[in-house]
Amino acid sequence: MVNIVNALVSPTPSPSVTPPEGFVPWEQTLRGDSLLLVAIKAVAILVFLLLSVLFAVWFERKVISRMQERIGPNIHGPFGLFQLVGDALKLLLKEDVSVTKRDRVLYIAAPLISVICAFLVFSVIPIGPAVRIPFTEDVTPLQLTDFPVAALFILACAAVGVYGIVLGGWASGSTYPLVGAVRSSAQIISYELAMGLSLVTVFMMSSSMYTQDIVAAQADLWFGVLLLPAFLLYIVAMVGETNRLPFDLPEAEGELVAGYMTEYSSIKFAWYFLAEYINMLNVSAVATTLFLGGWRAPWPLSAVSDGVLNTGYWPVLWFLAKVWLLMFFFVWVRGSLMRLRYDQFMRLGWKLLIPIGLGWVVLWGVARVLYVKDWLPSVKQVTVPAAIVLGLATVVVLFWPSKPGEEKTGRGRVKEIDATAGGFPVPPKPGEKLPPSPRSTRTVDARSQAKEKGDRDKG
Amino acid sequence: MGEQELFWVMSPVIVLASLTLLFARKAVYVLAGMIVVMIGLAVFYVTLEAPFLGMIQVIVYTGAIMMLILFVLMLVGVDQKESLRETIRGQRWIALAAATGLVVLIVTTVYRIELPIRDIGGMNDGGNPQVIANALFGEWVLVMEILGLVLISAAVSAIVLTHLPRSGDRRSQAERAEERVRARLNPVNKPMPGVYARRNALDVPAIDPEGKPVPASISRVLKARKQDKDGSEWRAIGKDEAAE
Repeated sequence: MVNIVNALVSPTPSPSVTPPEGFVPWEQTLRGDSLLLVAIKAVAILVFLLLSVLFAVWFERKVISRMQERIGPNIHGPFGLFQLVGDALKLLLKEDVSVTKRDRVLYIAAPLISVICAFLVFSVIPIGPAVRIPFTEDVTPLQLTDFPVAALFILACAAVGVYGIVLGGWASGSTYPLVGAVRSSAQIISYELAMGLSLVTVFMMSSSMYTQDIVAAQADLWFGVLLLPAFLLYIVAMVGETNRLPFDLPEAEGELVAGYMTEYSSIKFAWYFLAEYINMLNVSAVATTLFLGGWRAPWPLSAVSDGVLNTGYWPVLWFLAKVWLLMFFFVWVRGSLMRLRYDQFMRLGWKLLIPIGLGWVVLWGVARVLYVKDWLPSVKQVTVPAAIVLGLATVVVLFWPSKPGEEKTGRGRVKEIDATAGGFPVPPKPGEKLPPSPRSTRTVDARSQAKEKGDRDKG
Repeated sequence: MGEQELFWVMSPVIVLASLTLLFARKAVYVLAGMIVVMIGLAVFYVTLEAPFLGMIQVIVYTGAIMMLILFVLMLVGVDQKESLRETIRGQRWIALAAATGLVVLIVTTVYRIELPIRDIGGMNDGGNPQVIANALFGEWVLVMEILGLVLISAAVSAIVLTHLPRSGDRRSQAERAEERVRARLNPVNKPMPGVYARRNALDVPAIDPEGKPVPASISRVLKARKQDKDGSEWRAIGKDEAAE
């Protein structure tokens, strides 16, 4: 037993994760960073994120309007690009209205929690390999920090960031925000599980939780291909985590006005807004790093003259291209799918995503043990066919026709009971039902029965 | 390096946050205090070279378990104040005695500790997550499995004990719609109240294509309270015409 388990967690990398020639342990090169360099990197990330958010607002408006056969912002500046200046200034200069019933401390703290946690995630994302800084001799990776559990740090930031939404909804002292907050907390509990499960096989495959190691492990084949079910799981869970359509139940404007941010305006609303868009960028960057090969060039380009496109500042381009492709996917999903009903949303999370995630982890673990025990030449020989079988099984289960009346108690056998016969009222047991309440004339049941009775009397 | 400084910065924060457990009046403040304490502990774990423990502390305890508690609190009503009435006689004195005992126990234990307890220099060799994985799934795998089994059975039995079987049959949206049509009721939603462009309010009935009011568009409650209007003043056609 112990041996098998040891095989699972043994640090021996599988052939696909053998580091390339001239591989430098990333932690050591990052340790060479001076305090000034760390500060410069941090400021660069901050500026990059703020500019990206501004651009993302324009990008989303433009793309979604094309999808809806409109033109979108096109008046100010080329392609309406100056519209984003107007959008940003509008958010900052609006009147700050707040509620008297708010909770003073948490009302201000909540959006701050959201936005700070959103900013933190990008510190462990590798934007490129080690490069020489122009005009100096210093070599440093394009990444602020990396540590043995960097990938878990991303999950931790996401987990704390949600408190901004939940506490903000409560601190507003009003009903709709509170409902939004309760929904958000339930949503996070269910979808974070699915997200965590999707990442497990990535860690098993790369035998490391350093983000640079995970990127290095994808030199041959992206994990998005090799671990396709996990990737799909992550894609669904990431939309759920960022509260975007079709999973934007905490702010569902058709039901809850604006959900948790109903009572926020001006700059405090801008913080939430900023956090939402940075979170989109975050999950896109994480998906890129963990599943789409990170900063590595896509296949035909990676073969160009011995991978020259994987060195220097080129990888920044591939990284940004992959991130913005995923951002486009976000907008595409928003433009095509409708918001789920709450019970459908919960059923999807608990009855489909989590079982698939668990099944995939178990399957992959078994394949890995067989491989380590030398009973299998490659992990892929089990996981790839198994992924296909798993996918087919899911489709079959989803579309299996249920036998008519299988789950039903059958109306004929339902017996009407007198609820207060025993002296105090009791609820009906299966196969029993209460007589119609005298007040329930408005229900469809009661009216259809009355109508049928009337028809019978006439006939 | 920096370990001691970080300790002196974080400790007051943690102690202050933990005092909310004693003095805060609102349940949410207590929870927020606990969250701060947990994140502070995670920072300590990371500085003490146990980064895996630190991250798991935040993800599992702060992210999942505290969120679950907050969820339950919000469901039952976060604004409920705790009743200070004693249900057990002499509760305060019993609690005081138990607390004193605990304090004495902790103080004597801490007093008797001699540092270093054990040399943990090479503890993290081979990577911190790997060492923890080997301990949990190698040396202590049986204990872990038993713990997992106990927790799962607790969760399953809680569900079994509180689960109520569905009393009636479950009807899908399609079946409900079919029933509506069979009963010759309105198969779609009732029209929304309000006359657009003139008065968009709940107490005014909608107007059908012939210009006549649709009484079903007004809420039953408003009718029962006699707060509805016939809407004649907002209609394009005259009052007499509508009355016909």
